[in-house]
Formats: sequence, structure tokens, C-alpha cells
Amino acid sequence: MVDTIREIEQEFLKEDIPNFGPGDNVRVHYRVVEGTRERIQPYEGVVIRRRGGGINENFTVRRIASHGIGVERTFPIHSPRIDRIEVLRHGRVRRARLYYLRGRTGRAARIVERRRSGSSVMR
Amino acid sequence: MIEGLWGKKLGMTQIFDESGGAIPVTVLEVGPCVITQVKTNERDGYEALQLGIGQKKRLTKPERGHRRKSGASARALREVQADGVEEYEPGQVLKCDLFEAGEKVDITGTSKGKGFAGTVKRHGFAGGPKTHGQSDRHRAPGAIGGAASPGRVFKGMKMSGRMGNDRKTVQNLEVVRVDPERNLLLIRGSVPGANGGLVLVRHAVKPRERAAAAAAS
Repeated sequence: MVDTIREIEQEFLKEDIPNFGPGDNVRVHYRVVEGTRERIQPYEGVVIRRRGGGINENFTVRRIASHGIGVERTFPIHSPRIDRIEVLRHGRVRRARLYYLRGRTGRAARIVERRRSGSSVMR
Repeated sequence: MIEGLWGKKLGMTQIFDESGGAIPVTVLEVGPCVITQVKTNERDGYEALQLGIGQKKRLTKPERGHRRKSGASARALREVQADGVEEYEPGQVLKCDLFEAGEKVDITGTSKGKGFAGTVKRHGFAGGPKTHGQSDRHRAPGAIGGAASPGRVFKGMKMSGRMGNDRKTVQNLEVVRVDPERNLLLIRGSVPGANGGLVLVRHAVKPRERAAAAAAS
């Protein structure tokens, strides 16, 4: 029963998802349809969580927009509207949900970079 | 013309459409349904097809006898209305290609039992005030009628009681995809009943949607 559902989901899953998690800085290339034209809009920020599994898996990216306003966007990982996810930097964090960042600004909201061999940072 | 088919609800998931939007879908396993008996006007007074659904390992002797004509090992037998039943005979197999993607269907199932439920859950009552010194009134039903006149509670008054486990029909659900190889139907949105439950899928009865679907195809 569940297997059949997994099979259906399988054909919608992406295989080229980079390895990233909470604390990482990413740039999400998101397809935006304006009228008849389609263009790709990058959205950059810190991943504050990844949740769900299979086709329902999604992640939330937080960034500080103009005037210091925090903006969070949640993307389904397997959405065809996501053209590409670029991992800019791996962060060293000690929990899976970085909600504490919401209460912080400036220096306090910094995340130390994790540098280790084998990390998949693309530049 | 067969009004519909019986199937099994497998569960829900989501898929993406061409534009990239996520569609919530219910996966139904519909068919193959074996015709086990043909009901005719002359013999039974109405026209219908009796269908066998699923498999059963151990059948009782009477069950086996009834299924002999069709050779089905069905776990359940259900009827669907049909006209021109003379064309059909026991043993014939009906598949989900009766339906097509984009079509509207009505789906009937047995809703999940909720047990003995209060009025807030069962009838959507607002309950009592949450604050201002209330005690024991948060989910109370309130007044149920007058006093000496009429001196009784009216019939049909909404009160607590058993909820769910009823036959429910949801109309005009969209068929997102038909997969005859795997006998699957993907239906947009939710469908009554628990996973694994039997559901009846019928062509939509509401004429407007039906006409629209016919025009689209």
C-alpha cells in the first residue's frame, strides 16, 4: 500500500540535490512566472530548518532583507520551480532548528563557518 | 454505461503539475473488478452488476459457490448500477480505464469513526466562554430548548453522540491521473474513510461539471 505511493512519488523526486542542512548559506534559484515570461530569481540566506521526508520534504531559508527586516521562505525541496540550489558556505551549528536566529540581529546572528575536508562547498 | 467502480483507498501524497505547483492527491486502487453476477430486470427487478473486489485467501463454502461462475476470489462483493447489462457476463473484468484524467467523479466511502463525540466536534458548536470565571462550561452544549412549554426536547436536537463511521459522498472530485497498468486513480484532494477502506468511485452526477468535462475531452 505504502509502497505504491512511494512509487508514485519516486518519479517526482529530484536526484541532484546538494548536501546541505541547517546553518548553511544557500542560494536558491527559483523560477518565477510573470505573465507569459519565466525568469529565475535567486534567493539567498541561511537554512534554518529542513523538515518532512520524501516528496514532502521542505526547507526554510532566512535572510535579512532591506531595513533589517527578516524574511523567511519555505521551499519544497523537490519542487520543479526550484531550478538549482547552490551551497555557498557550511555553518557550524549545534541544533537542527535555528529558530533562535529570529531573536537576533547583526553579530549575534552570525554562524561560524565549518571547514572540513570533504565539504561540498561550491564556489 | 456503468455508473462507476469500487476500489481501495491507499493513502495521500502530493505530486507536481507542469507549472510546478504541488497538487494534493489521494491514491486509489480501483479494480480490476470481476463481474460476479449480473442482475437483470426480469429476474431481480433492477439492472446492476455485482463486482468482486480484491482477494481473499480462505473462502467459506458458500462464498466459493457464489464465486464459481466468475472465478473471482474477491474479499468483498458490491453492486454498481448499469444499463445494458445484457452485454456483460460473470467473469468479465472491469478496469479503471473507465475513467479519464480531468474527469469529475463522486466518491463514496465510510468515514473514520470518531466514537462518542461532543457537540463542539460533532456539530461545530462554539462551546462556552474560555475566561471570565467559567468552570466546566468550555465545551458545554448550552440550552437545548424551552421549559414548561413545550415541556420536551425537540426531535433531531443536535447533541453528543456517535460520530463518523457513516457513508459519506464527496462530489465533483477531479481525477488527476489514471494508471491502468497499476490500477490506480489519483484524485485531487481528500476522500472519505481510512486508508485501506473500500470506496465507490462514480462518474459525477452533477450535470454542469459533467458537461464541462465532456467539452474538455
